[in-house]
Amino acid sequence: MDWKRRHVLGLADFRVEEMEFVIDTAHSMEEVLTRDIKKVPALRGKTAVNLFFEASTRTRTSFEIAGKRLSADVINFSSATSSVSKGETLLDTAKNIEAMKPNILIVRHPASGAPHFLSRFVSCSIINAGDGANEHPSQGLLDLYTVLKAKGKVIGLKIAIIGDILHSRVVRSNLHSLGRMGAKLWLCGPPPLVPKEMERTGARVTYNIREAVKDADVVMMLRIQLERQKTAYFPSLREYSRMFGLNRSLFSLAKDDAVILHPGPINRGVELSDELADSAQSRILNQVESGVAVRMALLYLLAGGHDASH
Amino acid sequence: MLLIKGGRVIDPADKRDETGGIVLENGKVRDFIPGDQAPKGFKGRVIDASGKWVVPGLIDMHVHLRDPGYEWKEDIRTGTRAAAAGGFSSVACMANTKPVNDHPEITRYIRETAERNGAAAVFPVAAVTRGMEGKEMTDFAELAEAGAVAFSDDGKPVESALLMRRALEYAKAFDLLILSHAEDAELCRGGAAHEGWMAHKLGIPGIPSAAEEVAIARDILLARQTGGKVHIQHISTKMGVDLLRMGKRAGLAVSGETAPHYFTLTDASLEGYNTNAKMNPPLRGEEDRMAVLFGLIDGTIDAIASDHAPHDDYVKRCEFIAAANGIIGLETALPLSLGLLAGGKMTAARIVELMSSNPARILKLSGKGSLRKGADADVTVIDPDAEWEYREADVRSKSRNSPFFGWKLRGRAVATILGGRVTHSLLAEVAADV
Amino acid sequence: MKKASKKVILDAKGMERVLSRLTHEILEKNKGAEDLVLVGIMSGGVPLSKFIREKVRAIEGLEVPAGYVDITLYRDDLSRAGYQPRLKRTEIPFSIDEKKVILVDDVLFTGRTIRAAMDALIDFGRPKNIQLAVLIDRGHRELPIRADYVGRNVPTSRTETVDVMVQGNREDWKVLLNESAPARGE
Repeated sequence: MDWKRRHVLGLADFRVEEMEFVIDTAHSMEEVLTRDIKKVPALRGKTAVNLFFEASTRTRTSFEIAGKRLSADVINFSSATSSVSKGETLLDTAKNIEAMKPNILIVRHPASGAPHFLSRFVSCSIINAGDGANEHPSQGLLDLYTVLKAKGKVIGLKIAIIGDILHSRVVRSNLHSLGRMGAKLWLCGPPPLVPKEMERTGARVTYNIREAVKDADVVMMLRIQLERQKTAYFPSLREYSRMFGLNRSLFSLAKDDAVILHPGPINRGVELSDELADSAQSRILNQVESGVAVRMALLYLLAGGHDASH
Repeated sequence: MLLIKGGRVIDPADKRDETGGIVLENGKVRDFIPGDQAPKGFKGRVIDASGKWVVPGLIDMHVHLRDPGYEWKEDIRTGTRAAAAGGFSSVACMANTKPVNDHPEITRYIRETAERNGAAAVFPVAAVTRGMEGKEMTDFAELAEAGAVAFSDDGKPVESALLMRRALEYAKAFDLLILSHAEDAELCRGGAAHEGWMAHKLGIPGIPSAAEEVAIARDILLARQTGGKVHIQHISTKMGVDLLRMGKRAGLAVSGETAPHYFTLTDASLEGYNTNAKMNPPLRGEEDRMAVLFGLIDGTIDAIASDHAPHDDYVKRCEFIAAANGIIGLETALPLSLGLLAGGKMTAARIVELMSSNPARILKLSGKGSLRKGADADVTVIDPDAEWEYREADVRSKSRNSPFFGWKLRGRAVATILGGRVTHSLLAEVAADV
Repeated sequence: MKKASKKVILDAKGMERVLSRLTHEILEKNKGAEDLVLVGIMSGGVPLSKFIREKVRAIEGLEVPAGYVDITLYRDDLSRAGYQPRLKRTEIPFSIDEKKVILVDDVLFTGRTIRAAMDALIDFGRPKNIQLAVLIDRGHRELPIRADYVGRNVPTSRTETVDVMVQGNREDWKVLLNESAPARGE
């Protein structure tokens, strides 16, 4: 297929063959990560800027490593220590950085639609590294890749996703990467954290964690933000952990060869027990590994081999 | 003397709908002359309104003129010119200026500036609470003496039910009206779009319909409790319309308005994170839009008011959640409302009620809303068949935040007259006086 | 006006003879198969290097380690090409340190592919030397690159193309020379 995309704003407008193409490319990239010299010159002379308006070490580091493996120059811009804290608008910040001619902007922002907004005003490529509660496309793709590596296929799998569905951009990207690729998604959490519109997406919604986990091939736990308790999304962490946390006995309801995913960082003992987080069934570290390969693929497809800044 | 001849004179307050001429003299309506001929020996200016409607000057009872305090978005001069271009001879302006219109000085400033410099009559609406902080009532009587025609904290709700109760009761003494921006502040908190499929699809935090419905129910029931009267602003939900209908059936002194965007658009307009579709209350679903339409047809909703909310580029050209709420509306309100005729269920007279006679009645604007003998010489001449495109270049307002650019519209005001002076004219032979 | 024509310049039998000869030359020059490794350049060089490996096994009774290199990530001509070629996956599952690497490709033309392949190999380790075996050398070098072992020298014009068809059964292998149509007005 012919990759024509200038931006990666969300998986909602990706066709299935585009997602497959990214996974195939990531597979090739992964080989580079097994070498002693983990570098290829594909993006030599190209510049990628991590434009992060929300704290994140792991995603930013993952993109940074991905860029460097491809020999790109990677610059990190974090809003806490910059002009934004002096009141500069998002548009002004992006335009200022664009004047320095980067090939790719990797944008993470607390407002849904922020990368889409920027794409109307800048001429370089944009990768959405997480916008508000909307999407996190590279995470959706790396979750797909991890499941493919663990299970060999996605079609027909039962994938349970448990936790704060309402605020999770990861779930929304996974609805496209895993859901549209043929898995049956089961979404579970306390009702105030599971929007009723999810029922319209083809996923199953349940408030009963046993029902969600039963016979699942993959169980993905989402991080619960402790502050949500303050605005009454659930009564207490203890109740949350008892009713919606994953422990060994609950996990035994899943298939024998089920695997555990988590986008990180984990609240150990809250949504996921220590024991399970470190168990053989956990693929959490594989997610991180897959993440670098997937992000290398995205950077390469956007900026490798042609002038991306026209 | 000014004669507007040959038009279809539609004046529901005077129970008139027939071809004839209106004679204006010394700022008042002198006569109605049936037929399309000028009276013998008439010496004066003549406007030929054949093929057009001649209606009492339209009244927009919900606009934000941003003056004083936000003059870069709009001021009284430009806002009233936009009003005149849209066919309005009068507007009622809200109190969320800077400083807030909670003091007679400011009320007087607004009236005087409009008299000196405005192209429409401006009736200030003063705040219900000082600084619009929701804690202490303003001096209703003194503000009314200074020229305030009603009271509203619009932009914000009166959060305290107790305070709203007291305000409704107190207002009774002077037969004053409270216009309610009905929403439950806590249910809205953090939201930026109607809680429904579109907000879900875009990942935007939602504002539930219940936030408006709960507040409308509260205000109607408080009106019942106190025997006071309340007017619900910018109704956007089906249940909101139902509650108003119920209140009227129960014989309560309640009235309501809606804005053209609530009967022409839905949250589908948010596609692509369009900030020109962001306002409060938000655009709702199709079911709500149909219910608002029906409420206009069956008499539940009394008025169409634009909620003209000018904003500069800086606060609209940004990520969706950070964008300011509101769209301009003075220049599109009439054509969009005329669009209601297409369905066959809305009549011309009803549109005039919604945009002139009812607002005059609700706000007790004497001399306005009718063309009976002795009324103020405020007239709007409408060409209901004019086909035109709303373009950014034609906008009279200082701001450009509209989702209607590029729309092909049918019907517009071709002349607006305030106190006998022509404030707007698209007729070749008639020049504006302002 | 002459139409574009395809001419078979090497058929399956011819290729077998040529590749056998190349294998013998490699073994002769390197005095046997010790420390030899084969790296085929994807995609055309892969079936050829497999053939050579089998021949070495038949002649010397030795297994020569074989790998494949995808040079897409090392190409220098992508900016001008303006398209996104599909990535394949490099596989060199052994150390090349101190080994004699025989790079195998189907057609040697400008030399840029070989330069990219060498850049990739250097990232994998430090070979003792790198030697180049190609089936066809069609001339028009743009870099100072030469092959150590050449199956056939085929002089071509710039507009002609040489297609080495080595997919599928060996009986169907062949090399085609495509003479392009001459420019209008000739």
